[in-house]
This record gives sequence, structure tokens and C-alpha cells, in this order.
Amino acid sequence: MPITESDIEKIALLAHLDITDDERRMFAPQISEIVTYVEQLNAIDTSAVEPALGGLTREGEQTNSSRADELEPSLGQKLALDQAPDPASGYFRVPKVLG
Amino acid sequence: MESIVNLRTSIVRGESTARATVSSAVDSAEKLNETLNAFLQIDRPGALQRAADIDASSHKDTMPLAGIPIAIKDNICVRGMQTSCGSRILGPYHPQYNATVTERLLAAGAVIIGKTNCDEFAMGSSNENSAFGPVKNPWDTSRVPGGSSGGSAAAVAAGIVPVALGSDTGGSVRQPAALCGVVGLKPTYGRVSRYGLVAFGSSLDQVGVLARRVSDAAIVLEIIAGRDPHDATTANVVVSDYSAALNEDVKGMRLGVSRALLGEGLDSEVREAIEKAIKAYNDLGAEIVDIDLPHANYAIAVYYIIATAEASSNLARYDGVRYGFRAEEAPALRDMYRKTRDEGFGPEVKRRIMLGTYVLSAGYYDAYYLKAQKVRTLLQQDFANAFQKCDAILTPTAPTPAFRFGEKVDDPLAMYLNDIYTVTANLAGVPGISIPCELSSEGLPIGLQLLGPHWSEANLLRLAHGYETAHPFEHLPAVYAGQLATK
Repeated sequence: MPITESDIEKIALLAHLDITDDERRMFAPQISEIVTYVEQLNAIDTSAVEPALGGLTREGEQTNSSRADELEPSLGQKLALDQAPDPASGYFRVPKVLG
Repeated sequence: MESIVNLRTSIVRGESTARATVSSAVDSAEKLNETLNAFLQIDRPGALQRAADIDASSHKDTMPLAGIPIAIKDNICVRGMQTSCGSRILGPYHPQYNATVTERLLAAGAVIIGKTNCDEFAMGSSNENSAFGPVKNPWDTSRVPGGSSGGSAAAVAAGIVPVALGSDTGGSVRQPAALCGVVGLKPTYGRVSRYGLVAFGSSLDQVGVLARRVSDAAIVLEIIAGRDPHDATTANVVVSDYSAALNEDVKGMRLGVSRALLGEGLDSEVREAIEKAIKAYNDLGAEIVDIDLPHANYAIAVYYIIATAEASSNLARYDGVRYGFRAEEAPALRDMYRKTRDEGFGPEVKRRIMLGTYVLSAGYYDAYYLKAQKVRTLLQQDFANAFQKCDAILTPTAPTPAFRFGEKVDDPLAMYLNDIYTVTANLAGVPGISIPCELSSEGLPIGLQLLGPHWSEANLLRLAHGYETAHPFEHLPAVYAGQLATK
């Protein structure tokens, strides 16, 4: 299915990407070509096939990965905020939410 | 470059020191970085301090990697160093914790000398997607080193370090290993912890090892493999003594070859090299059997749906709030997200996020994502059927030797097709290893790939070691650290 520049705009909005006009013009034919390529999968009859669930092996599925519900040390507020672009008073500060 | 065993033995016996070994690695890394751009960070003071600590330690003889210099791909967390993933969006990010693989290497006495360059968020087959410029191939600096773990492959190929860690989502350890003439091992999904590996495609990602020789890859895998409570996908499966497995010969092992995979699109010199390797294995006493992977031709299509879908979800976390880069002058929260992501991500990452968003979006999910997961099942069945008949499958690692910079950069689909032999292993969760087998007429390395059933790393290493012993790859690249000493 061909992907138009207006499709690209919609997808960018969904993906929270503020793409430029140049990017939109570049991406439309490229993504269109890739989507056309992946549509070759339609040639395969998968009506009786179950979808794969992730990458786990059988042994991986059988591994019990739950742990005791006990308190464990964590990063803590200071370290958690240490890499934030705009930390303030123990919070992550962001621009106003309602425009 | 000496083997890990030799380097370690001299350090432990006091014939050499960790400091001298590490210092020489750091010297080469710094000197060659002007040419190769393999490292995004080299930690001279940290590495020398740690080496001195190892020298002073009274129990260094219990450490399997005592004083061994190692390089780590810049998408694996090492406390005290940067983790950029080759992207601007992570800005000045320094992780507050170590990846489990990092912890295990450090506990074994390894000395991490730096973080290696890679395609942005491990998305690419040529390293041209790094925001910090591409790594150059040590064999010919006008050519790509492969991707995405190109920096790790180049650092090992150039003799800077004996081993480096990479990550492999669709071939990102094996393909650069092939293009740079080194060993590249991708373990079974769930063999090695992904805790502290920055997520790209979570059902496909696996940390892997790049090494000069098979025995070094075996030593490092044994250290990093195993169950980790921090990664629920690691399985409770015993970690074998991979080094001991190398002593067994390959006689009587059954090696599967799919003739269909050696047809169209394969470079003629790569085909010749693989035919020679098949004969070499036959001469070593392995039995060659014909196998078929009927859905292998669909693997690229399946992969680029599933990998991009998972990436679009995993990369949603880069929003300029908790860490990394934030775009200036955005009046409201939503604008800040969109500007940050537009300025922070490069074109290939945006392309994949958008493709992944598209295949997951309302109305298209069944047609693309669900369809791909069904064909993934068929591919997994292909492998299960093939492994009824053989212990491992032999294929080329990449369809061509290293290509030139710029050759495929404007054609994403052509670049994706380069992954045809490697993505299948990630989709099926099986382990794979690439080892160098020949030089092309232009003097570029060619790699052969061995794929095995889940948890068959010991057999793969044994097969790879058998070939390596009978046909040692002794060529050295044009850019090589060993030559520094003589200059």
C-alpha cells in the first residue's frame, strides 16, 4: 500500500515526532517501499498458524522469574533525579501541560 | 594480540602487570581512534587505576579475566562512563548502575577501557547511523565496519583489545565480526542478561561477544551467561564449561547446508569461500546434510515489522523528562516531547519508529504485526525441523564483504537486505557464531556463520574452534595496534 506524505504526518503525530517538510518528503517513498516489500508476507497462508509470542525458548517460559515480595534497595530520589534535564525540588520539572 | 589465557597467565605469574597490559591497550585505542573512530569514550585514568587495583589484589589468581582489557558497546551500561547509544537524544547521560554483564566482567577481573561507537540505538548495518560519525573498517578505511557493533568489531580487529561486548538484534554482532575478520557470537535468547542493555527489540536483543579467537569468546560467554533475577527472560539453563567443549573434535557432527540460501544475491567470492568451508568441514569428518528453511526468504520482512514495532514502543521513553537531551524553547509539554525527539533522533531511528508505529496502528495491526508473528512461528518451525537432521547450519554471515561508505545509505531497503543471513537467528531465538574464513581478492575478510538449536553454544564453539584450528585466519588488517610498537 502506498504511504503518502499525509500518512507520514499522521504517523509522526502518533510517534511524537515533529518532523520537517524535508523529512516528510524523504520518508514517504522510503517507508512506502519498505511497506510494499513486507507485504510479500500476504502470499503465505497463515490461517492455521498461531502467532509467535516474543522470543522466549521453552526453557525460558518454564523459568519461574517471580521473587519474594520483599523490600529491596532502589536508586532513591537524589540519584533518580541526577540525570534529569530540569530537576527541581525533588521533581522532574516539565513545560506546562495545558497549552 | 595474545590470547586471554596467555595475557592472564603472565599477569597472574608476575611476568607482566595488568597496568602494562591495560596501558598498552589504552595507548592503541587513543592512537588509532583518529583513524578508526571506534571509541566514543576512552577512560584512561579509570582503566589504569583499576588495573593497579588488580595488580595489588591478593586474589587475582582466582579471577578468570585478571587484568584483561575489554571494550563495551555504548548501549551497555557501565557506571562512571557515558551511555550514548550513538544518539544525541541521550545527551550527557551517565547510567547510575552497571549492566549485569558489566558486573560479571568486573567481578572476573576485567578492565573496561572504553565505550565503543555504534549505529544509533543499534539500528544499522554499516555504522553510518552513529550520531558521532561512522567507525572505519581497519582493513580498508574507505569501507564500513558493519553494524551495529562496528566499534567493538573494529577495536578487536585492530588488536586494541582481545574481546569486546556488542549486542545483536538482527546480526549486529555477527555481521560486523564478518566484515572486520573477527569472531562474533550471539547466544540463545535468554542465555545472557539484557539488564542494562538499552532496549531496541526486546524479543530479539541479546548481548554478544566479539573476539580474536574462538577460545576467547568461550571464556567470556561462560562469565556473562546465566540466569539473572533482573532479567525475567533469562532462563534457568546450566551454563556449560564452554572452554572444555573446544577440546572435542568435530568428527561425526552433522552440518546442515541449505542450497537455496547460496543462490541469488550472494557475492561470488563469498559463495566460493562458503563452498570451501563446507569442504573443509567435510575433510574434518563432519557429515554434510542438505536442509531447507522454506520461510527464510521472508525473514527480512518479518524482522523489519517486529523489530520496528518493538523499537517504536521501547523508544517512546525518550521524551526529555527523566534523562538525556531536552529541546529548548518548547512552550508546552507535547511540543517539548516532539521537538526533543525530532532534534534528538537521527533519520534511521525516526524511520524505524514511524514504520513500527504504522504497523501497530489501529486498522493495520492484524495485517502487519500479527501476520509477521505468524510467519515467525513458521520460521521457528523451519529451524526445529532442520535441527532434526543436523547439529548446526552453515551459511555465509553477510552476502558481501565490507562495502564502501555511502553505497547504500540512501536506500534503506537495500541496507536491510544485507541482514538476510543473520536476522533468522534472532527471530528463532537460536545462537549463532561468525568466524573469519577467507580474504576476498580485494583483501577483505569473509565470514562463515554457524547456527545451532537453542542452548547449543558449546557445540557451535566446538565447530568454530575445529575450523579455526585447521584453517587459522592469520591475516592482519592495514590498521593494527601491533604495528605501533615497531614504528
